[in-house]
Amino acid sequence: MTVLDRYARSLVLGEILSGLALTFRYMFKPKVTLNYPYEKGPISPRFRGEHALRRYPNGEERCIACKLCEAICPALAITIEAEPREDGSRRTTRYDIDMTKCIYCGLCEEACPVDAIVEGPNFEFATESREELFYNKEKLLQNGDRWEQEIAQKLTLDAPYR
Amino acid sequence: MAESTIKPLTLNFGPQHPAAHGVLRMVLEMDGEVIERCDPHIGLLHRGTEKLIEYKTYLQAIHYFDRLDYVSPMSQEHAFALAVEKLLGLEVPRRAKFIRTLYCELTRILNHLLNIGTYGFDVGAMTPMLWAFEEREKLMEFYERASGARMHAGYFRPGGVPRDLPAGLVDDIWAWSERFPQVVVDMESLLTGNRIFRQRSVDIGIVNKEEALDWGFTGPMLRSAGVPWDLRKAQPYEVYEEMDFGIPVGKNGDCFDRYLIRIEEMRESLNIVRQCLEKMPEGPVLADDQKVVPPRRREMKRSMEALIHHFKLYTEGYHVPPGETYTAVEAPKGEFGVYLVADGSNRPYKCHIRAPGFAHLQSMDYMCKGYMLADSVAILGSMDIVFGEIDR
Repeated sequence: MTVLDRYARSLVLGEILSGLALTFRYMFKPKVTLNYPYEKGPISPRFRGEHALRRYPNGEERCIACKLCEAICPALAITIEAEPREDGSRRTTRYDIDMTKCIYCGLCEEACPVDAIVEGPNFEFATESREELFYNKEKLLQNGDRWEQEIAQKLTLDAPYR
Repeated sequence: MAESTIKPLTLNFGPQHPAAHGVLRMVLEMDGEVIERCDPHIGLLHRGTEKLIEYKTYLQAIHYFDRLDYVSPMSQEHAFALAVEKLLGLEVPRRAKFIRTLYCELTRILNHLLNIGTYGFDVGAMTPMLWAFEEREKLMEFYERASGARMHAGYFRPGGVPRDLPAGLVDDIWAWSERFPQVVVDMESLLTGNRIFRQRSVDIGIVNKEEALDWGFTGPMLRSAGVPWDLRKAQPYEVYEEMDFGIPVGKNGDCFDRYLIRIEEMRESLNIVRQCLEKMPEGPVLADDQKVVPPRRREMKRSMEALIHHFKLYTEGYHVPPGETYTAVEAPKGEFGVYLVADGSNRPYKCHIRAPGFAHLQSMDYMCKGYMLADSVAILGSMDIVFGEIDR
């Protein structure tokens, strides 16, 4: 009987028809695709995107050139040079991140004792040339100013877990 | 008419072939459409991970493991984290163990979804792949919420996990786990009974028990041949002992069996995920050892001692006592092992990676011999090859 049943099913293309019916039903389900540049997927506060150097509310840069990020970076993407400033405080004279080397592991953010270097929520920083991806201190501070609100929010949201 | 022998045609398959699953190049010697000899060439994705790890501290090395088998990142991290913990004699808190088990199983589903989707795609079924990628998207969102990255998580560290699961994530995973079985059923209804899929996979690439063991198969490849071997049962790590799950075992050792095993493993994994969510205890997620685990951020900003530890751990790292260990986990593709030799410094002296895909790929010649050219794609797809881990 099972043999007969199998032959009957095979003759009327049973599994093909039920498959077609299934895919047809999916046509009436809500779309799951996103209209990308206009719609974006959700991002959590922990997201590790483009780097930024932050400032204190009074405009002073946070980075104190302790070079922990440089030391922990597994890809050796960060280069820092530092000198005491006229006012005697220790600051970086050079802070470069080679974004083509960076593996976005988030260790620099974890290591930073003053929350200066962070990986912000921005993931759309494609460039037309490779050279544009060698970020210097100016570019990183600019990023920080631009994304400060989002970064501050993300840090406060994630603070209880860190 | 004089008899003449024709030299077998040599055919280059890959490395840019979409069905070659990455950068595999196979030199095939063909007799008509039948494969006489198959010679896989590897090394096109070699990045020197093993050597690189010798020059990284233990904390930095974790991030290289994501990039081996980039379809199941957390499983590889797990093997390394377990190996380091074994050398350090570090006890991981219970909640961290549950989180790891949870994410290992999500990783297994992530991996099998991709494999079944692309395997179906290789043999002519496009729709299941689209559904699989939709589910993968949801799973990668869970990855991102816990670790901050959708793929290269870096979430399992020696000592536990760096951050606890954020509020609400457990509920969302639970809600997903209630809807997921229907997706598996849908995918199965397009594949399992489908005559085209069956014709392309049943009795293709048969491996028997002895050969499977001789070639060093593990994971679904070995289980399809009828060997009920799974490291989660054979030498339980983390909290697998407390979990109630089955191991699907095949009968014929063909491509179809491997497909069925992966489908069934997704169900079992989902089962474990739900058990983990139900039993998840409260508590710390990082081991209580200041010499290994970096201090909490709040503490680091207040206490001088914690700050010193913080600086020490993020520059020099911790020293691991001399010793060696082979630690293996049941990665979705099979036994993923890390052979770690520590010499008492802050960096591994040697880190050998045992990738399951490597052992599977070496049998390509044995498995393809006598089958058609089109079958080689099916066999390759059912092997679940990812080049990141084979070339390392």
